[in-house]
Amino acid sequence: MSKLKYALYTGCTARESTPELLSSTLAVAEKLGIELVLLDEASCCGASHLQDFDEFLSLVLNARNICYAEKLGLPMVTICNTCQLNTVMTKERLDHDPEMRAKVNEKLAEVGLEYKGTSSVRHFLYALIDDYGLENISEKVVKPLSHFNIAPFYGCHNIRPSHIHYKHNAATLPPEGEYDIGEGGGEMLHHEEPLMSKYTGENPYAPTSLDRLIEALEGKAVQYESKNKCCGFHVDLQAPETSNALTGTALSDAIDNGADVVVTPCPLCQLNMDLKQESAGKQLGREIDVPVLHMPQMVALALGCTPEEIGLKYNVTKATGLY
Amino acid sequence: MSDTTKNTAPQTRKVTIKAFRFNAETDYLPYYKTYEMEVGQDELILDLLNRIKWEHDGSFSYRRSCRHGICGACGIKVNGKPVLSCKQNAQELVNLFGDELVFEPQSKKRAVKDMVIDKGDFWQKHAAVKPYVEAQVDPHPESETLMSPEQVENFLDADYCIQCGNCHYACPALEVNEDYLGPAAFAAAYRFSVDPRDEATIDRLETTAELGSGVWDCVKCFECAEACPKDVNPIEKITKLHNMQFEHHVAERNVATKHAEGFIRSIKKFGYLDEQDIVLYSEGLGVVKHLSEAFKMIKAGKVHPFDIAKKKMPRSKNLEEIQKLIEISKTNEL
Repeated sequence: MSKLKYALYTGCTARESTPELLSSTLAVAEKLGIELVLLDEASCCGASHLQDFDEFLSLVLNARNICYAEKLGLPMVTICNTCQLNTVMTKERLDHDPEMRAKVNEKLAEVGLEYKGTSSVRHFLYALIDDYGLENISEKVVKPLSHFNIAPFYGCHNIRPSHIHYKHNAATLPPEGEYDIGEGGGEMLHHEEPLMSKYTGENPYAPTSLDRLIEALEGKAVQYESKNKCCGFHVDLQAPETSNALTGTALSDAIDNGADVVVTPCPLCQLNMDLKQESAGKQLGREIDVPVLHMPQMVALALGCTPEEIGLKYNVTKATGLY
Repeated sequence: MSDTTKNTAPQTRKVTIKAFRFNAETDYLPYYKTYEMEVGQDELILDLLNRIKWEHDGSFSYRRSCRHGICGACGIKVNGKPVLSCKQNAQELVNLFGDELVFEPQSKKRAVKDMVIDKGDFWQKHAAVKPYVEAQVDPHPESETLMSPEQVENFLDADYCIQCGNCHYACPALEVNEDYLGPAAFAAAYRFSVDPRDEATIDRLETTAELGSGVWDCVKCFECAEACPKDVNPIEKITKLHNMQFEHHVAERNVATKHAEGFIRSIKKFGYLDEQDIVLYSEGLGVVKHLSEAFKMIKAGKVHPFDIAKKKMPRSKNLEEIQKLIEISKTNEL
């Protein structure tokens, strides 16, 4: 396999309150021989909140981030579901709306940049699974996670809306003409945007990528209904009760189905689920106590990294049983 | 569609259907009943519902009417996926979920009988946003009221809503907050607010700006976008309503609007979001309710609010570009 090389868009959280996400991502890349070039020029993606205030500005800023990956001639990878979605939503818009693209490029020209649409944008999870390959990851496992029941928590912004993720997260597009699978209503349903799951195994109602990754690391993937549900992070300030109810329900569901640990590819889910266990537990009237790892932390552990290398001390709910 | 001749032999597949059964008048608890059938490649979920009723149990209940995707009556969930029964090919779901399909009503807690639910809350919330054009219409106009193609384009996809309720009952915010108006009501609020004939835009923006019931309680999970059989994309309309609140100066300064606007404040300074500042700025004095979490973060070494040397915000390279772009691209004010 030729050496894999990506431009890494870290997002804000990995540089601030979840430093363990960045260190474990870099540790995984080093162990697997993947080259990551940090996009230090990039700004915040707006996290869907700037989008609520000023949609156009958020398009301009996200387009600028992509520009820097394009300048390097590299595919971009993200390590935050919300960064992933906001970046690909910008990409979708600019790639299909020439008028908007011109408006955005007019602004970017003022700082000497141009959005061209030449870099793909994917979550690191899918780069690991589809580019590096689960079998190749399996071969590198030195500390199998075989003693652990691991609950995969997918996070909304990597699985919905599926037609967008299908295009951007999927490594290989289906061969031409494979879309038509006999729709009975006389319509060409999903002709343009086939259901993601058919080709990548990622069905928003029954996603499998994290499950397959856990199994490649020889862990046992916990089956539970909440794995594709919302953690409530985005309303944590204005509607903490909604957020606590959603976080608490998801964590309780994982615990009640035997989870020793929860793992997620999204640092916003991780932060919410790791930090809010006490308040969510109080609201739900039950004890909630389960460590929540970032996806790269889990992979790094299996590849033999030390707890220090993957910043386990920064996890609020201590994961002492894991090493 | 490709014009290659398809294999004419119908390829049936053996499917096990587990259907939710419940009669609110007689049953203490719901239960699931299993039906096995050979499913043809052109059969719809509605065909399977019919076959349960016609071939197995005449008391099985579900809503259906137009059977071509326009009346919005037959929405159910199959293996958790909201579908319009009359539009959804059954074998496609077998490809997705395997040969066991679970049929459930859109909302189990609102079940009246089997697939039939009480949709009262949906209609009540829909009505709350004035889902109609409010205008003083001259009964004898001298000329037609014309709309430009652009004006129509603006609300056309929102107009495709058939009120099936798939998004409404897929919304997790609504599940835990009964005041929340929900994605279908918001899509309707948007549709009529951007209609050039309408005069109730401000009313609707005020209704949907309320904390607790309005758009600010959207959790941004995209379940509504995924659930819609008509590609209305309700969450996109929710984002537009957010933006319109600022454009029409309806937005008041509160924790939610400051949270949205506060992003610019940070990005201007650092390129990144200052996670501590956004909480302080949005909450004001309300920040005290986050103290217990703040202590947990300090203890884990995640944040260092009292240690200036350690609380070093990262800065994006070429920050001046970001600042310039904000200056020349900003459209809204709070």
